[in-house]
Amino acid sequence: MSKLTLADLKKIRDEKNKEMTRRDADKEIQVVVGMGTCGIASGAKETFSAFIDELDKSHVNDVVVKQTGCMGFCSVEPTVRVIAPEMPDTIYNKVSAEVARRIVKEHIIGRKLVDDHVFDHPSRDILTQ
Amino acid sequence: MAYKNYCLVCAGTGCHANTGEEIYQELVKKARDLGVEKDVQVVKTGCFGFCEKGPIVKILPEEAFYVHVKPSDAEELIKEHIIKGRMVNRLLYKEDDKKTDTQGKIDDIKFYQKQLRIVLRNCGFINPEDIEEYIGREGYQALAKALTDMTPDQIVEEIKKSGLRGRGGAGFPTWMKWNFSKQSSSDVKYVVCNADEGDPGAYMDRSTIEGDPHSIIEAMTIAAKAIGASQGFVYIRAEYQLAVQRLEIATKQAREYGVLGKDIFGTGFDFDLEIRLGAGAFVCGEETALLASIEGERGIPKPRPPFPAVKGLWGKPTVINNVETYACVPMIILKGGEWFASIGTEKSKGTKVFALTGKIKNSGLVEVPMGTTLRDIIFAIGGGIKDGKKFKAVQTGGPSGGVLTTEKLDTPIDFDNLVAAGSMMGSGGMIVMDEEDCIVDIVRFYLDFSVDESCGKCSPCRIGGRKILNILDKIAEGKGEMDDIKKIKEISEAMKRSSLCALGQTTPNPALSLINFFYDELLAHIQDKKCPAGKCKNLLSFSIVRNTCIGCGLCAKKCPVNAITAEDCEPLPGKKKPPFVIDGKKCIKCGECIAACKFKSVVKL
Ligand SMILES: Cc1cc2nc3c(=O)[nH]c(=O)nc-3n(C[C@H](O)[C@H](O)[C@H](O)COP(=O)(O)O)c2cc1C
Ligand code: FES
Repeated sequence: MSKLTLADLKKIRDEKNKEMTRRDADKEIQVVVGMGTCGIASGAKETFSAFIDELDKSHVNDVVVKQTGCMGFCSVEPTVRVIAPEMPDTIYNKVSAEVARRIVKEHIIGRKLVDDHVFDHPSRDILTQ
Repeated sequence: MAYKNYCLVCAGTGCHANTGEEIYQELVKKARDLGVEKDVQVVKTGCFGFCEKGPIVKILPEEAFYVHVKPSDAEELIKEHIIKGRMVNRLLYKEDDKKTDTQGKIDDIKFYQKQLRIVLRNCGFINPEDIEEYIGREGYQALAKALTDMTPDQIVEEIKKSGLRGRGGAGFPTWMKWNFSKQSSSDVKYVVCNADEGDPGAYMDRSTIEGDPHSIIEAMTIAAKAIGASQGFVYIRAEYQLAVQRLEIATKQAREYGVLGKDIFGTGFDFDLEIRLGAGAFVCGEETALLASIEGERGIPKPRPPFPAVKGLWGKPTVINNVETYACVPMIILKGGEWFASIGTEKSKGTKVFALTGKIKNSGLVEVPMGTTLRDIIFAIGGGIKDGKKFKAVQTGGPSGGVLTTEKLDTPIDFDNLVAAGSMMGSGGMIVMDEEDCIVDIVRFYLDFSVDESCGKCSPCRIGGRKILNILDKIAEGKGEMDDIKKIKEISEAMKRSSLCALGQTTPNPALSLINFFYDELLAHIQDKKCPAGKCKNLLSFSIVRNTCIGCGLCAKKCPVNAITAEDCEPLPGKKKPPFVIDGKKCIKCGECIAACKFKSVVKL
C-alpha cells in the first residue's frame, strides 16, 4: 500500500460507504457480530462460526459476515446486526449459535424477523443525519 | 418476500407482566382476521427500556413508538397503521407524556431518541480491524481537514467553540490544555492518550478502543498538529488484551496507509505513536504518575504545577487526554464546534458514555447528551431495577465519587451538577443499588479499593484511608460509636487538604456521602446495631419462624456448620414434625438456609 493522498482517501470513502450501505435487492446482505470483550465472553466467536457454517450449508453466497465493536447491550450479548435488502436494519440479541442458524434460515432466506430476539436500536446514526 | 411492516412487541419481563404476550396474540389475530398477515409480521422483542410506559409496540419502517398499549388497541393499530398507513396518534410516545394533539404528519412527531452516539458512533457499524471501513464512515476526513485547511490556532479555536471538557474525570477544558502546550516553545512535544481506566465497573474506554481504535489515532494526530508534536503514546492497561490487539492492528494499518508516519497526506507533517502497557495500578491513571510510568519510572504522582501541558513527558510539553475526550475530536472538526456545543448543558457540552451496572435490568454502555437525568438513564434506558426491587441509590464517579439518592434522580447530569449533588462525573461508571444493598458495605468496598491502590508516597492518603476503613469495619461489626462520625469527618478534611494527588484527596468522598446522605442508615448501624438492608453479617441474626416451619429439615441439610437442629418438642398443632432451630453461636450467616427453605420460614433479624 502506497501512502494515501487526499484523493485516495475520498475514493476509498465513497467506495466503502457505498459497499457498507447498499441495500438494493440484488446486492449483498451484511451480518455484523458484536465482538468486544463482552460479546466474545458470551460466545460471539461461536456465533460467528455458526453463521459461516450455516450460510455454507445453505449455499447462500451474497452475505458478508463481519465483526464490530461492542454495541453496548452487555446484558444480552452476543448482539448481531443484520442488514438485508427490503428488510429493516435489525439488531438481534442473545444470539447463540443456534439462534444464528435460525437467523440464516428465517431472516436471510425466509425474509422474516426472528421472534424473541429482535432488539431496539439504541440511537440514530449521527453520520447519516 | 419480505413484509411491508414489522410490528415489534416488547416482551421483556417488565412489559410481559403487563400483558405484552396478550397484545402480541391479539395483533397476530387481528392481522389474520383483517387479511393483512402477509403485509405485517408481528414479533416479540427484548426489553425497550421504558418499562414504566409499557407495554410498548414499535412499528417499522416508520419507527412509530406506541406506549401504554392495551390488547384492545390491536385492531386500531392494524386497521389504521398497517392498512391505512396512518399513525395512531393517541398511543404515540410524546415528550413529557402530554397527550397533545399532533397532526399525524410523520415529520411533526417527535420520536423518542434514547441515546445519542458520538463517541460510540462506529460501534456496531464498522469492523474495527479494517481501516477502510473506518474511512468509509468519514474516518480520517477530519485529519485531512485539519492538516490541509486549518492552522493550529484554528484547530484549538474549534475545540474551544465546542466546549469539550476532559472525560477522564476532572472535566478540564480540552482547548486550554492544547493551548498551553501549543504556546510552550520546545523542539519536542508529546501527545498522550490515557487509556488506563481503573475505576471499578467502568469499561467505556475499553469498548471505545475495541470498537473504534482509529478514532483515537486520528484525534491524537489532530492534537499533535495543533500543538506541534510528532510523537504520541497510548498508555493502556495490559489486561485489556483485545483493545491492545485492535489498537496494534489499527496503528499498523494507519502506517501502511500513511495516515501515521512521515509526510501525512503529502503535507510534510510527521506523527507516529507507540503503545505503552500499564500493569494496572489505579494510581497510574493519574496523569503525572502515568507519565512517570511511560518514562520507565515507578508510577507515583508528582506535585503539580508544573502541569504536563507545560512540562510533561521527559520535561517536554505534553497534552494528555482521556480516550473518550479524543473520540469526540474528529466529529468536532468535521461537523464543527458549534454543532457539538448545541448538544448538552450550558457548561457541559456533548455527550457522555456511562457504564451502567449493578442491580439494573439492562446493564450496558449508554451514551446520552449531557443534561439527561439519572431517572432517564436508569429507568428509561436501563429499564429500572432488576427483579422488581426498589431503587435505593446510584454510585457515580468511582472510588472518588459519591452515592446519589432518590431525591437526586431528576438532576440533569453534567460535571457541575454532579459535584453540587455530592458526587462527581468521574470516568462514567454508574453502579445502581437496590434496597438490599447496604450503604456502609458499599462504602467499605470503595475505601478498601482506594487503600489498596494508594501509592504510599504521602502519609495523609496512606494512613488516612486506612483509618477511615478501620472505623467503617468497626461500625459494620456493631462496635461503632457516635464519636466515629466526627473522626471520619476530621480525617477526611485532613486528607482533602494535604494529600499529594487526587486519589488521596478524593478517597474520603464515598464515606462523606454516607454521612451526608445516609445518616439514618449509619445511625441504625451505630446506635441500634442493626443493618436495615440485611447485609452486615455481625448485625444480623438468622432465625426460623416456629409456626410456619413444617420440620422438613432441608435447611439443616444445607447448613455447612451444622447449626440447625430439630427442636426437642412435640410437633406444633397441625404439623407432622417439630420445628427446627438455629444455634446463633454456631451460625456463620451464610444464608444457605434462607435459600433452601421453600416456605420462607428462615428470616434475617
Ligand atoms: C487516582 C487517579 C486515577 C485516574 N485514572 C484515570 C483513568 O483511568 N483514565 C483517565 O482518563 N483519567 C484518569 N485520571 C485523570 C487524569 O489524571 C487526567 O486528569 C486525565 O487523563 C486528563 O484527561 P482529560 O482532560 O481528557 O480528562 C485519574 C486521576 C486520578 C487522580
Ligand atoms: S496516591 Fe496520591 S495522594 Fe496518595
